[in-house]
Amino acid sequence: MIIAADGFAQNVFFYVIAAAMAVSAIRVVTVKNVVHAAMYLVLVLAGVGAQFILLASEFVAATQVLVYIGAVVVLVLFGVMLTRAKLGEDVNLTNDYWWLGAISAVMVFGVMAYSLLDYYGDDPLGAEPGNVESQIVGNTEQVSDALFGQYLVPFEIISVLLLGALVGAIVLARKD
Amino acid sequence: MDDVMLNQFLILAAILFSTGVYGVLAKKNAILVLMSIELILNAVNINLVAFGAHNGTIAGSVFALFVIAVAAAEVGVGLAIVLLIYRNRHSVDLDDVAQMKG
Amino acid sequence: MTGYAAFAAETVEAGWFLEHAYLVPLIMAASFAITLAIGKRLGKHASWIGVAAIGTCFLFAIVANVQWNSYVTDSEHAAEAEADSHAEEGTTDEDAPAEEHSLVAPIAPGESAAPAQEDDHSEEPAAEGDEEHAPAAEGEEEHAEEFEVVPVTQTWTWWTNGDVEFEAGMLLDGMAVMMLFVVTLISLLVHVFSTDYVAGDRRYTHYFAFLSLFSAAMLGFVMAQNTLQLITMWELVGVCSFALIGHWWEEKPNSDAALKAFLTNRVGDVGLLVGMITLFFAADQTFDIVEINTLANDGAITHTALVVSSLCLLAAVMSKSGQFILHTWLPDAMAGPTPVSALIHAATMVVAGVFMVARMYGVFWNGLVIGGSSVNALAVVGGVTVLGGAGLAFVQSDIKKVLAYSTISQLGYMVMALGVGAWTAALFHLFTHAFFKAGLFLGAGSVAHSVHSFDMKKDMGGMYRFMPKTAWTFFICTGALIGIFPLAGFWSKDEILAGADQLGSGYSVFMIVGTIGAFMTAAYMTRLIYLTFFGEYRGGHHEVEQGRADADEHELEDAMDHGDHAEHHGDPHESGNRILVPLYILATLAVVAGFTNLPDTGALSFIPKGLALRFEHLFEPKGAYFPSFGAVEGAFSHPEFSWQIAVGSSLVGLLGIALAYAWFFKGLGPHGITQRSRLARAGHTFLVEKYYLDHLYTGIIAGGIKGPIAKGANWFNKHVLDGAVDGVGKSAVVGGQFVYNTIDQKLVDGIVDGSGVTAEGGGEVFRQMQTGKVQQYAAILFVASVVLAGTFIIVI
Repeated sequence: MIIAADGFAQNVFFYVIAAAMAVSAIRVVTVKNVVHAAMYLVLVLAGVGAQFILLASEFVAATQVLVYIGAVVVLVLFGVMLTRAKLGEDVNLTNDYWWLGAISAVMVFGVMAYSLLDYYGDDPLGAEPGNVESQIVGNTEQVSDALFGQYLVPFEIISVLLLGALVGAIVLARKD
Repeated sequence: MDDVMLNQFLILAAILFSTGVYGVLAKKNAILVLMSIELILNAVNINLVAFGAHNGTIAGSVFALFVIAVAAAEVGVGLAIVLLIYRNRHSVDLDDVAQMKG
Repeated sequence: MTGYAAFAAETVEAGWFLEHAYLVPLIMAASFAITLAIGKRLGKHASWIGVAAIGTCFLFAIVANVQWNSYVTDSEHAAEAEADSHAEEGTTDEDAPAEEHSLVAPIAPGESAAPAQEDDHSEEPAAEGDEEHAPAAEGEEEHAEEFEVVPVTQTWTWWTNGDVEFEAGMLLDGMAVMMLFVVTLISLLVHVFSTDYVAGDRRYTHYFAFLSLFSAAMLGFVMAQNTLQLITMWELVGVCSFALIGHWWEEKPNSDAALKAFLTNRVGDVGLLVGMITLFFAADQTFDIVEINTLANDGAITHTALVVSSLCLLAAVMSKSGQFILHTWLPDAMAGPTPVSALIHAATMVVAGVFMVARMYGVFWNGLVIGGSSVNALAVVGGVTVLGGAGLAFVQSDIKKVLAYSTISQLGYMVMALGVGAWTAALFHLFTHAFFKAGLFLGAGSVAHSVHSFDMKKDMGGMYRFMPKTAWTFFICTGALIGIFPLAGFWSKDEILAGADQLGSGYSVFMIVGTIGAFMTAAYMTRLIYLTFFGEYRGGHHEVEQGRADADEHELEDAMDHGDHAEHHGDPHESGNRILVPLYILATLAVVAGFTNLPDTGALSFIPKGLALRFEHLFEPKGAYFPSFGAVEGAFSHPEFSWQIAVGSSLVGLLGIALAYAWFFKGLGPHGITQRSRLARAGHTFLVEKYYLDHLYTGIIAGGIKGPIAKGANWFNKHVLDGAVDGVGKSAVVGGQFVYNTIDQKLVDGIVDGSGVTAEGGGEVFRQMQTGKVQQYAAILFVASVVLAGTFIIVI
């Protein structure tokens, strides 16, 4: 995938997917059925994966699908079942001070959007057109090189973290 | 509409982030809160990869991968906590979890 | 001259033992592992693993020193040869590139055909001949033997993170080679001594395993190539010190002492970490010690960063090297076995701080503007420590504690020397002090081994009759410590005093401090000798004291529990050969070590060139990473021998001996003054209580933090948080009452009621914020941070 060579098709895809993602994301937090919310979440996550492909990071996209859609959502659905959430409409999902959350969210978005537009303006995605390096970003080979070379230590730490989380989750969730 | 801008991705991420913030703050159901956290983390990932592409480095992708791993750990532990709450109070309603009331 | 390390081996070959010196700590680490693994099975032979390993290392170190000698000589010859060829050819331009890639950069090549043998300290403008070398020679104090000795380095990439490479490696220059010799020698002697001293101990293998680990860590420390490695090894020696102080941890005072040592050192370690991190970022993200020093010397690091980091590192020096106000752990550390005290708390680990300053001298030199006109923190800390430590040594009745305070005082000399710019003097004193102080500690151990106590006043006295051999080695080492001509301490102490003197201006005060310190040293050591070796034997009454919970005694009971001392409570006796031989060796070194750096100027100018200043010649770094080399602000100079100071300090020392002799041996002077004079008693108590520093730390600081913070938090909770809610309402009501009573009652009646209600309402609002619902707290957090971020964006 080459960035910024022909932006038009890319832009079309971007906006279509982005619109779907935005709508789905809002549905996740507004819909009255927990299972439906999880399904909308799948849509958002898939959309994020698609955006990664548009950003020429195939490997991250693949991982996104594998880990998020394959594992995290399934885990969430298990959680829904195990906690006997009401299947079907549940009017009692939003708390009484949702307006506080709404104000916070709007303010967060406002500040972020303002500062982003102010600072980055119309900067193109690829840093400099002549920058060869920026054209080949996203190569899976490069990712693996970086992951097992430059960033080996964080990688190992992450695996220890996962182990810790695993043990912690078992300890928390088992009955005794 | 011909060139892809960095800001498209950043604004999209901002939308996801704010939606996630709303969900975290406004939902009563603990599992929905966890889902909203996933939204926030994904927004961060989009930012990371977009900036990585912008700067022409691989670091963005690598850190996105790290975030994905951390998110997996977070969901695991988070759901375990939710299950624990459910087992003790037969409800995942966060409004009920208010022992810190002053 | 950056990048000179890359072509190290091209012209001057470093010997195999220099190139592979990293094996030395590895051997000791292996010895640690093997001792732990199979030591238990070997029983009392477990010690031989450690002894064999450290013996190998010692031989290795000797060969490395010999090779270092020839390496330095080769470097010098190469420099001369190059300079000569230049002199013959004239300085032609086509030579310049070749020179850039040669090992040795001759200084002022045009002139060195006639080396300034006679005229060591004349400033010669070096830049006139060859343009290429002008930067290297600029501001250089011309010295007959100015040549560069490239340190022998080995580096491996340990791991990388992002763009930063973390390296492990070896940096072997003069000071490291010197320390290699000192550490392996003392460690070997202590190992041998210990085989007798702790024989039969229940944790015999544990003891030797930790001795090995300590040696490994210390050797790794002196050869550390980067600051990260330095920190690691620094902590590792701290851990070994902790484990060995608490070797007999069943006794509460011992484990307390271990904890105290560890915790006090943590205070300084914070400084070490902060300082090193500051340097890492200031020096363009490098951990390389040579590079950091070079950058500091070149002025590539901002002065602020250098000041901050050198002050932070100074905190680390204060804790590790027992400098005043953080020294309190060192005397308590004497709870450990005596050989450990000799090795760790006298000769090696406690000089780690001094060594670190010497290692990072480019940073300290430029950061603290050593050699500038104003007195710097390093010298002040050292000077205070010299006197503070010596003062406390007078009132101790435990022989090891006297020696511990003496160590503190001597470490003060070293730090002071570094502070006044006398680098070589500091390292030279470190070198000689290691021998005679280790000798003193081992001698004290030998005496204590015989009388089963460390208490001079209760259990010693007249020991000279029982153990003359120990006594004589002890006397020699004492003489060296006091600085009696021509023993080792005389030369090194004198060099420090001369260094303090010649800087002039405010620094002269440190010469006086050092001289007073010498006087006090002489006096308290005479007291110690009197109490231990002369007078009547006061021991031999152990039966009645069995119930006394004396840690030291139990320690020795533990150590002695091996049955082959049938005459457990009999008369003291001379120790065995495994104890005496190390004492002989150390006493010999206490005599001869000083001759390694004989001065050749002033009154001693008759000393031939090849014999004088060997120490300085061999071990002082010669390269851009050391302040004496390259473009450095302020002149780095070597103190000249001054017979006035030498004679003066000797006389002062002799005066100290004489006064103490009159007081203790002859019983002259106002004895019992502490009973008669309140002032004298107060002074005595002040010393006995160690300047009340321990009270300050445990009672006031620790207690002050523990109690009041808990109380304060409670109070805050009760009064402020609760009170804020109630108080808003109440104060408004009070205010309302005030208005109600003073101003027209009828007119404002309504307003008063209204304000009261509003205030109560405000209280209610505040109370309602404490819903216990985390999501609401989070919402407030988000809103607040967004407001802050928004303000930030708008303002900027």
